[in-house]
Amino acid sequence: MPDYSLSYVYVFAFFVVGAIFVTVLLTLARLVAPRKATKEKLRTYESGEEPIGQAWGRYPTHFYVFALLFVVFDVEVIFLFPWAVLFRALGVTGLIEVIVFIAILVVGLYYAWKKDALNWY
Amino acid sequence: MPVGPFGIDPLIWAPLRLVIAVGLALFLVLNGALLQIYLERKIQAIIQDRLGPYHVGPFGLLQTFADALKLISKEDVRAQATDGWFFVAAPALVFCPMLASWVVLPFAQDIVGANLNVGLLYLTTLGSMTVLGIVIAGWASNNKYALVGGLRSAGQLISYEIPQILALVSVALVVGSLSMIDITRSQAGPLVNVLILPFSFVIYFIAALAETNRTPFDLPEAESELVAGWLTEYSGMRWGTMLALSEYGNVTVVCAIVTTLWFGGWQGPGVEAIPLLGVLWFTLKVYAFIVVMMWIRATLPRLRIDQLMSFCWKGLIPMALLNIVVVAVLALAFPTTKVPIAVASWLLLVVFVAGIPFVQRRRLRTLRARARAATAPAVRAAS
Repeated sequence: MPDYSLSYVYVFAFFVVGAIFVTVLLTLARLVAPRKATKEKLRTYESGEEPIGQAWGRYPTHFYVFALLFVVFDVEVIFLFPWAVLFRALGVTGLIEVIVFIAILVVGLYYAWKKDALNWY
Repeated sequence: MPVGPFGIDPLIWAPLRLVIAVGLALFLVLNGALLQIYLERKIQAIIQDRLGPYHVGPFGLLQTFADALKLISKEDVRAQATDGWFFVAAPALVFCPMLASWVVLPFAQDIVGANLNVGLLYLTTLGSMTVLGIVIAGWASNNKYALVGGLRSAGQLISYEIPQILALVSVALVVGSLSMIDITRSQAGPLVNVLILPFSFVIYFIAALAETNRTPFDLPEAESELVAGWLTEYSGMRWGTMLALSEYGNVTVVCAIVTTLWFGGWQGPGVEAIPLLGVLWFTLKVYAFIVVMMWIRATLPRLRIDQLMSFCWKGLIPMALLNIVVVAVLALAFPTTKVPIAVASWLLLVVFVAGIPFVQRRRLRTLRARARAATAPAVRAAS
């Protein structure tokens, strides 16, 4: 059905128009706005202090733990969506499979909980 | 010769419709931002017993417009230490997914950009793309406030995305489709989804507040600790595109999803006779939720970051998983009626709301006991 692929042309068009819109807006601002750069103005903002070093350093590992957990759960959701749509056709077998699937993840969540991975310091 | 809608040749209608859809979405985003900033300031002012903007135009209506003009003519400072390409690309990376979300939002019976059969999945995908823009903005700024804001934002957004999507799954379970149009159609009449699935609505709404960085979850922009969070280094129109357009656009998108999934979308009295009336109902419902979000902002204080994360991972996610299992089991056990699902969902909601104070009290007691145990020897030694 051509209408189906046409839908994704719409999606693509929205992205393109969004990008063009932002570019036009920022170009307009560039043409209108004054530009008087001084050394002080171009310095990184650090509450009026001289900035010490760069911000691109090490950051806490909690972010990685949460990101890993997120990936696990996000993949889970990707599996749940098709099941939710075909839920009635799949019947009891599908339901049991998904409950087992969720149970495995809940065990993982419980493990992370007990390992103190869900606490933010 | 086949005749498309409104008696126009389908070959001309297809591109014409595309232009109308994109134009309308852009128009609505821009006006929505202007209107919402005005509404936000005015509602906050009324709640806090102030006047709010009143000087520019009647009732201060042109205030936001003046602000927008000012933003365009403001100097666009980009600090020396920033990463050029990423710094410039971040506003577009935040803006584009937000605009693209409007493709699948149905305003009325036939007024929709494209009826994707994976509409819900598409919306969640675009929702996660916003995180990318925010993290890139925070990192490219090469500013410590911006970096911490960006990372916090990443942690918060990816965490709250899970309960948000899990809440959507329960709606897909009951309706049996991911298309926004089918979901709206399934709620004809007064029996809207919120009566059947109130619990997933509450989970979604809480998570949506966090996803759009609204109070009480506006930690990425916590001005008392992080200046302006991930937006610290941005100024002028770049800031305007990121904050004013994208944030308020995302708020509108989230409220439109709530309206479509749980409150019947464009369904309302008189829609059968005059289909265009659907646009009015849809807009009214969306703005009702936006006003509720502003009301919440004026009412609740900001959470702490550890409270925020543990509320998501230890509260919302287990409850959302439980919700899915309960809805699925009941939907399979009673294929003809939705009453058991509704009863169970209301019960879960009551348990959730009533359970929070109990958990809080227990937690407070353990914290107090720990504090007492820690200070006791010192006190004894001093006396």
